[in-house]
Amino acid sequence: MSKPAFAIASAWAFVGVLIASISHAGNERTIDIGDFVFAPSEIRVETGARIVFVNHDDTPHNVVDRNGAFRSRALDTGESFSIVFDKPGEITYFCGLHPQMSGKVIVTPRSDRQG
Amino acid sequence: MIDDLHSPDRRRALKCMAWGGSGVLWTLVGGVPASKLVGAAHGETTKGFSFVQISDTHIGFDKAANNDVTGTLNEALAKIGGLSERPAFLLHTGDITHLSKPKEFDDADQLIGASRLAVHRVPGEHDVLDERTGEAYRARYGNGTRGDGWYSFDAGGAHFIGLVNVLRLEGAGLGRLGVEQISWLAADLAARSASTPIVIFAHMPLWSIASEWGWGTQDSAQALQLLTRFGSVTILNGHIHQIAQKVEGNLVFHTARSTAFPQPEPGTAKAPGPKVVPAEQLRSFLGLTSVTIRGGAHRLAIADATLAR
Repeated sequence: MSKPAFAIASAWAFVGVLIASISHAGNERTIDIGDFVFAPSEIRVETGARIVFVNHDDTPHNVVDRNGAFRSRALDTGESFSIVFDKPGEITYFCGLHPQMSGKVIVTPRSDRQG
Repeated sequence: MIDDLHSPDRRRALKCMAWGGSGVLWTLVGGVPASKLVGAAHGETTKGFSFVQISDTHIGFDKAANNDVTGTLNEALAKIGGLSERPAFLLHTGDITHLSKPKEFDDADQLIGASRLAVHRVPGEHDVLDERTGEAYRARYGNGTRGDGWYSFDAGGAHFIGLVNVLRLEGAGLGRLGVEQISWLAADLAARSASTPIVIFAHMPLWSIASEWGWGTQDSAQALQLLTRFGSVTILNGHIHQIAQKVEGNLVFHTARSTAFPQPEPGTAKAPGPKVVPAEQLRSFLGLTSVTIRGGAHRLAIADATLAR
């Protein structure tokens, strides 16, 4: 491969990695836990998105699916829990220690998916 | 939720909290409550059967609200050791640990065990955070209990019932007893005469103190209904880290202070949780509760004390 061709190929490879990184970052959403509230309390994402729950309170919280599909460990201050939703639907969850805290994730089909 | 804050019951409960904070001794004579300041009761003979309630020791907690919870628990135990009459046992109304870690339970057992007092306990929501949601707690303390760890025993002429309201929470915002436990409670009470003093203890309050903060139990009314025929019923809870009291007919409700850290009073903060207070004031927010059953077993005296010298 000539030097100009190698440079062009490298540039495209870099752009590809950059696009992949941006795509991955765009597929990750954070739900902050603070003052005994999930924020945002309702979030809309596409399938495959990673949701990261981060506890900022001085007391532990966890994340429990109301239908029993998942239950995180207790998150102490600064700890996080992440989950990927692969299927469309509405997931309602609450804190198993403080059940007055609740939230909802609405998962829609990925817009770039073909067929 | 908001309505509850402005209801007469709510105002009365908050008034009682402020009043209780100064240290109040409750005496029940034939179901009629009377009270006096703890200080005013000094010198009065309190011969009888007594026990001490401690709550919310949160061993393992190390945040700004109190980075020495073992130290303050030890101070509470020293106060108990200094009582003029040795209590028959300790009642721990839950949140023994902060994160249900084995070492936290071990440390709590070692600290409390040093008192050489028998301990009766119920779990708080912080004690059932193991992967199997309470199995570790039951393996450690569940001998002789039923279901999720509820049980009863007789002592000092009274019937004591430990209830569990921190498991199988359904996202309704409050603690929960569940059908199975309430059925067991009905059967347990059926064999008792109406003149038997009943002492119920559970972690979360069995009356609605601040439902917006989860300070209540969603199905407690069904349990309380079973207690209406008894002349003397005392209900001891923890969870809220402050004193709240209510008298409703034959039922006396009382929540204890924590030995670890205070929480805000409802309506004074955005959320519950550890409250940071000036270090020199911390011990005035922490404490323990002594209960004496006097002769005839109809007089239950409840006295709160802080860790402040």
